[in-house]
Amino acid sequence: MAVTDKKKTPDLIGESAPRVDVLEKVTGEALYTDDLQFGNALLHGRIKRSPHPHALIKKIDTSKAEALPGVKVVVTGQDFPGMVGLYLKDRHIFARERVRFVGEPVAGVAATTEEIAEKALDLIEVEYELLEPVFDPEFGASPEAPLIHPDLGDYQVPNFIFPKPGTNIANHFKIRKGDVEAAWEQCAAVVESKFHIPQIQHVPIEPHVAVAQADSDGQITLWASSQSPFAQRNIIADVLGISQSKIRVIAPYVGGGFGCKAGVTMEALPVALALKAKGRPVKVLLTREEEFYTNFVRQGLVIKLKIGCDKDGNLLAMENTMYWDGGASTEYGVNITRAGGYSSTGPYDVPNVKTDSLCIYTNHPIGGAYRGFGMPELHTALEQTMDMLCDEIGMDKVEFRKLNCVRGGDILATGMKMHPVGLSECIEKVAEAIEWDKEEKPSAPNKKRGKGIALMWKAPAMPPNPGSSALVEFNEDGTIMVGVGGQEIGQGTFTVMAQMAAATLGIPYEWVKVKGPLDTQYSPYEWQTVASRLTWSMGNAVVAAAADARKQVLDLVSDAWDEDPDDLDIVNGVVVSYKSEQEMPLKDIVIYGIPNENFEGWKGGPIIGRGNFMPTYVTGLDSETGQGERAVVHFTTGAQAFDIEIDMDTGKIEVLKAAAAFDVGKAINPELVLSQLEGGLVQGMSSAIFEKIDLKEGVMQNPSFVDYRIATTADIPLEFEGIIVEEPQDDGPWGARGVGEHPMVPSAAAIGNAIYNAVGVRLEGPPFSAERIYLAMLDAGIVE
Amino acid sequence: MALHRISLTLNGELEQVDVPSNWTLLQMLRQTLAVTGTKNGCSSGECGACTVLLNGEPVNSCMVLAVECDGAEVVTVEGLADDGRLAPVQQAIMEAGGVQCGFCTPGVLISAHALLERNPSPTEGEIKDALVGNLCRCTGYFRIIEAVKAAAAIKV
Repeated sequence: MAVTDKKKTPDLIGESAPRVDVLEKVTGEALYTDDLQFGNALLHGRIKRSPHPHALIKKIDTSKAEALPGVKVVVTGQDFPGMVGLYLKDRHIFARERVRFVGEPVAGVAATTEEIAEKALDLIEVEYELLEPVFDPEFGASPEAPLIHPDLGDYQVPNFIFPKPGTNIANHFKIRKGDVEAAWEQCAAVVESKFHIPQIQHVPIEPHVAVAQADSDGQITLWASSQSPFAQRNIIADVLGISQSKIRVIAPYVGGGFGCKAGVTMEALPVALALKAKGRPVKVLLTREEEFYTNFVRQGLVIKLKIGCDKDGNLLAMENTMYWDGGASTEYGVNITRAGGYSSTGPYDVPNVKTDSLCIYTNHPIGGAYRGFGMPELHTALEQTMDMLCDEIGMDKVEFRKLNCVRGGDILATGMKMHPVGLSECIEKVAEAIEWDKEEKPSAPNKKRGKGIALMWKAPAMPPNPGSSALVEFNEDGTIMVGVGGQEIGQGTFTVMAQMAAATLGIPYEWVKVKGPLDTQYSPYEWQTVASRLTWSMGNAVVAAAADARKQVLDLVSDAWDEDPDDLDIVNGVVVSYKSEQEMPLKDIVIYGIPNENFEGWKGGPIIGRGNFMPTYVTGLDSETGQGERAVVHFTTGAQAFDIEIDMDTGKIEVLKAAAAFDVGKAINPELVLSQLEGGLVQGMSSAIFEKIDLKEGVMQNPSFVDYRIATTADIPLEFEGIIVEEPQDDGPWGARGVGEHPMVPSAAAIGNAIYNAVGVRLEGPPFSAERIYLAMLDAGIVE
Repeated sequence: MALHRISLTLNGELEQVDVPSNWTLLQMLRQTLAVTGTKNGCSSGECGACTVLLNGEPVNSCMVLAVECDGAEVVTVEGLADDGRLAPVQQAIMEAGGVQCGFCTPGVLISAHALLERNPSPTEGEIKDALVGNLCRCTGYFRIIEAVKAAAAIKV
């Protein structure tokens, strides 16, 4: 595409243009879903939830709830037989016949006030017959485990997911490359490890909320805090057995997503209630407690690794077995398992690979999309095991990584050929930033100091054909409205799209308005705002739409001026001819057309630019070997390094300095890229040190901010350095690829490696809380 | 549930409202008065998204009963700008890049504004202390802290 020729980058590209959404956010005017006013017609929905991890539903009596004055709707699973799922359809809107996790929706109520709805829940009587639960994924995969989804064989599933009916295995992804058994013989050093990564929750500061309204013609409107209005429209249409044209999803600003507002989580609940509410809108707003465990969490993982290298430190073989604790529904989690599988070597060149990545049903909260999509869990184990291997072979941990890190042209574990990447540069830059080679003294006699590094890679995890589309519409004065279906969740996508549209068309940045809130009735289609894909995919669509508009303008003017369109350009909103030096502002063209000489007729008319993008080259992978021509669209790679101190009296970690370097291909807006590097690292650090969904018999023990701590201003690194590396992506706009998730991925591993460097202990998984570090040091005899 | 008639000054304007006795200040702001800049993040006084000024002090409005505000002065994020002119903390947080999803922002701005009113030249440690009750999941806090430093410099 000539317009995005990397040799001639327009001014706006690479500029930290000011964000288009922040003024209304600082004045309090920005509207989020719970801010919308629906008046007295609004009904309040509340959900009756299962108290048991695994049970048959014997009887539900809703009669007392229905009789309570103010209660307008009561529904149960009996009313909704359809199945929900992005990849594997394994879930109902409300439980039918069986509950599979504590918190599963069993009934719903809509009433005139929140208090009445709450009272009504207590009046719903449910009789359960307890079933034997499964809480451990390794046990869940064994033949002794009770079946959580006996009908797994009947579930609809796409052809790249491989469930095993008659078991709790919802997906089994395999890689068989080379010959690991033979390779162990060649290894000078081999290490084995087992790590347990616990469930954590996204903790968006805005809890989930959705309002639904259904009219008598069956037309449904859904307002939702949503990363995925089109996917939600599609999945809800599917579960109700209706056309997508009957559902309209409106998505205002999102107060934090991180994956928990992708796919359908609770959005079908108010729709179900609204269908019986005689036209009244019904709102379901989750409490913070519900937010912690009733929607999506990040899957837990039990991972076993065996890695070997030759005497010079070259990686020769890797065996990776992953048991993903998928929870009660794995409709989304099956693809996390797959992503973990095809990424299982980490960003390394390994000639012999054996991977088994299993997604296993348990009676735990539902594992769904969480920033990183399996990569943080995988890398937390992998990068610590690489450090163990370095110690075994006696090699410096930075040198080892520079030797083995993946490079352009390498053949990956799936047989895909790697594209050019700047990972080596990322490694060098973060090592330099924390002065890796310098051994430094702790700040006090009761502290120990350590440094750790970790690498990462991630590809956008998607079906093979996820599409983006965009529209560019003009206003009379030459300014434009850009229509997109991708959501502003805080990452700054509206800003970057405005930059790309303005740069492509040739108009000032201030002339661009990206249309929001998203509205499936008016916005063009976008698969989802996930996978760090918008800058690359939606960016390509926006550029195509702006280029299409530009071409229409120049074709029209060249016709009017009888010139060659190649001699024309649009500069600052004015069409200019480099040949004749004529000029015409856009406002004289884009709505009204151009008059012929002497006003003898007109040319043109209202101009609308359109564009789309969908990758066409992703192939399937063999179900036994995981081999295929092109597993993914591309990888973003990066590295982080931490310089920490541990208080020997308390086990508390203080991060002195953290450095992050990521290869983004091209930073369209550098400050926004750095903002992702900062925020992701702190979220990663928080997950490393503080966070765990503490499950006992399937019940979360800590569903509040009192006992589930996330990072505050008191916890952040004293110093942070963010570094942008740019090795262009062949099919990204100006070479750009995504970076939204990636900065969270290596943090826990880097911190784990730093802890080992400081005090010589390595925990079997996060959180690396002060208490656990202290007890580990006590156990190891490092403190008394 | 009994309704109580209370008067309060909200962002400089006198309001007279009837509120249920068990409603919080947050509920009164968002539902009775439809002033929705102040956010509900947890309803338990833990996340700070609901922070407002009550008689000049930053409080979690989800932990204050509406009826306690009879005769009080309340300032929310909507009251920080002066006749369209943004307060220094508002301007600074935009310029520093301290706003991503924006959901924590109103609470952060109130806490930061209150800090600078009582301590015009805070140290980095004092800024972190003042904001420790405002949870943010997006930014990592670095640019929020830089914004408060920048705002302090403007005011001085």
